[in-house]
Amino acid sequence: MSDIFVPWRKRPPRHDAGPSGLVARLAVGLYRIGSPIVRRFPGTLFILASTAAILATGAIGYGMYTIYRLSEMSLPMGPDAKPATVVEIQERLSQLGLPVPATVVWCFQSSLVRDVVALLGIIAFVSVLAMFAIWWERKVSAHIQSRLGPMRVGGWHGWSQSLADGLKLIGKEDLIPTEADRPLYRLAPYLAFVPALAAFIFLPFGAYWVMRDLDVALIILLAVLAIEVIGVLVGGWASNNKWSVYGALREACQVVSYEIPMGISLLVPVMIAGSLRLSDIAGSQQGGWFHWLAWHSPWAFLAMFLYFIASLAACKRAPFDLPEAESELVAGFHTEYSGFRWSLFFFAEYAAMFLVSGLLVILFLGGWDAPWAGLDDWLGRALGWHWLISLSQSQNPYDRLFHGVFFSGPLWFIGKAMVLVYVQLWLRWTLPRLRIDQVLYSCVQVMLPLTIVVLVASAVWEMAVQEMPGFSVFASLISPVIAFIGILGCGSAAAAIITGTIGRRALVGTMAVERPLRGG
Amino acid sequence: MSVIEAIVFYIFAGLLVFSSVFILFGRNIIRSAMWLMAALGAVAALLLLLGANYLAAVQLVLYIGGVLVLIVFGVMLTAKSPYIRYDVKLHEQIAGFVVGGLLLAGLLVALLNSPWPKPPGVVSDQAASVRDFGERLLTSYWLPFELVSLLLLAVMVGAAVLARPEKR
Repeated sequence: MSDIFVPWRKRPPRHDAGPSGLVARLAVGLYRIGSPIVRRFPGTLFILASTAAILATGAIGYGMYTIYRLSEMSLPMGPDAKPATVVEIQERLSQLGLPVPATVVWCFQSSLVRDVVALLGIIAFVSVLAMFAIWWERKVSAHIQSRLGPMRVGGWHGWSQSLADGLKLIGKEDLIPTEADRPLYRLAPYLAFVPALAAFIFLPFGAYWVMRDLDVALIILLAVLAIEVIGVLVGGWASNNKWSVYGALREACQVVSYEIPMGISLLVPVMIAGSLRLSDIAGSQQGGWFHWLAWHSPWAFLAMFLYFIASLAACKRAPFDLPEAESELVAGFHTEYSGFRWSLFFFAEYAAMFLVSGLLVILFLGGWDAPWAGLDDWLGRALGWHWLISLSQSQNPYDRLFHGVFFSGPLWFIGKAMVLVYVQLWLRWTLPRLRIDQVLYSCVQVMLPLTIVVLVASAVWEMAVQEMPGFSVFASLISPVIAFIGILGCGSAAAAIITGTIGRRALVGTMAVERPLRGG
Repeated sequence: MSVIEAIVFYIFAGLLVFSSVFILFGRNIIRSAMWLMAALGAVAALLLLLGANYLAAVQLVLYIGGVLVLIVFGVMLTAKSPYIRYDVKLHEQIAGFVVGGLLLAGLLVALLNSPWPKPPGVVSDQAASVRDFGERLLTSYWLPFELVSLLLLAVMVGAAVLARPEKR
C-alpha cells in the first residue's frame, strides 16, 4: 500500500538560466512589446511584411542582375544555362575598370542567390501554408457542423487565429515527462518536420520552378515522407505513455502497409510518361484538360483514386487518422507534447497533406497546367493572334506573367493542390474513423490486389497502344470519354458546393446567423 | 573535389563512423535503431555527393522502411519492459566476431585487389541515370536480378506460411 501514497516528486528546477533562459526572456519581452501592435493593426502588419519580403527578394535579384549586366555577361536563364563563375565575372569587371571585390561578387553569384531565395521561399511557403490550412480546417469543420468557427481574431472571419495560436504555442512551457526518453523525445518533432520541409526542395511548382530537379525526385519524395513517419513513431515511443505508443504503433503499421499500394499506383503514370523526374512527368501533360494523365487510360483513372486513398493513410488523415484518434487515444502519438514541439507535428502534417496532393496533381492532373492551357495556341492559330502563341517564350516578363496567371504556372499548381487539400479536409469531417483491423484489411486484401491488377493492366494497355494500330485508335477514343466523366465529376462537385453555399441559411445552427452575436 | 565538397564529405563520413560505433556499443535497442538510421542516412548522403541519385534514393526508401519495421516488429511487439536492454552472451559474441571478421576480410581483399585510385574514365562524374540502370538490370544483369526477386518471393511465401492460422 505504501507504494500508492508516494508524495509528489520535487518539481525540477526551472531552466531559465543559460542561453535557453535568455531566449525565453527575449521571447516574453518581444511578446509584451509586440502583442499590442499586432492586436491593433493585424492587417496592416500582414501587408507590410509581405511587401517587405517581396521587396527584399527583388533587391537581391536586382543586385545579381546588376552584376551580370555590368560584367556584360548574359543572365543564366532556362534549364541548361551555365552560370559564369565568380572569377570570370570579376576578371570581366576589372577589365571594364570596375574593381568590385570578390566577396561582393561571391554574394551575388547566381547559384547562391537562387538557392537562398528558393530555401527562404520554401520555408515561408510551408509556414504560411500550415497556418492557413489550420485556420481553413477549423472553418471547414465548423461549417460542416453548422458552426461559425474562429470569428474574432484579426477581424474578417478570424483570419489571424493561427497566427495568434502560434504565438501562444511559442510562449508555452516545454513539458517533458520525467520518465520519457529525453533525447529521443526532443528529437522526434524535428524528425517529423524537417523531412516535410525538405521534400519541397524536390517538388516542382512550375516549369523551372523547382529548387533541385532530380531525375529520381519521385523516389526521394516517397523516402522523405517515410522519414516523417519515423519521427511520429519515435515521438510516440519516447513519450513513455500507453496512448502515445498505441498511436505510434498504429501509424507505423498503417504506413508500412499503405506504402506498397501507394508506390505501385504511382508506377502507372511513371510507366506512361517514362520518367521518374517530376518535371518531366508534368511536362508530358502540357496542353490542357484532355492531355492530363488521369484520362489517359481507364487504368490511370483508377490508379489516381487508389493513390489518393493510400495518400490519406500516408499522412494520417481521416478515415485513417487512427494514430491520433482523439476519441480513443486522448491525442495519440502527441499526447505528451506541448508548445512549440507539438506545433511542429502539425506543421509536418499540413505540409505532408500539401505534398501528397501536389504529387497527385503533378502525376495525374497536369501539374501547373490550366484546364484550358492549350487554348492559347489554338486561339492564336484559329484567329491569327500570333502574340498569343509566343506568349510563354516571350522576352517581355509581363507577357510571361500573363501566360503564367491564365494558362500555366505555379499559381495553377498551388490552386489545384489546395482543391485536393480541401477534399482531404472535407473527407475528414464527413467520414467516420475505421478500426485498425479494417484499415489493414482494406489495404492488404482490397487495395493491394487492385493496384497490382491496375499496374499489370496498364502495362498491357500501353504495350497494346504501341504495338497494335487498331487498339491505339480505340484508346484515343476512350480517353476523351474518361475526360468527360472527369468534367462531370468536377462539375457536380462544384454544383453541390454552390447549392450548399446558397442554401446555408436554411441550416439549423449558428451558420444561419452569419456574424457573431453581440456580446456573446 | 572542391573545398565545400570535401567538408561535406568529412562531415558525413564522420557521422557514419560515429553512429556506427554507437550502434555497436549502445544498450538501448530503440536508440541503436536510431543510430542505425543515422548511419544509413549518412551513406545515402555520401551517395548523393557522388552523384548516384538513384542509389541514394533507394537506400533511403528501403532502409528507412527497414528501420521502421525493425522498431515495430523487432522491438515493440516483443518488448517486456519500457526500455529494452540486451546483454550479449559469449557464444553470440564469438559468432558476431567470426561473421564480422569474414566480412572484413572479404571487403579488404576486394579493396586491395582493385586499382586505387581509379584511373580516369572508369568512374564518370555523373553516375548512371535511372534509364541506364534499368536497362542494365533487365539486359546484362538479368540473372542476379531475377534470382533476387525469386529470393524475395520465397521469403514472402515463407512469411505467409508462418503467419497462417493452424488448421485443425
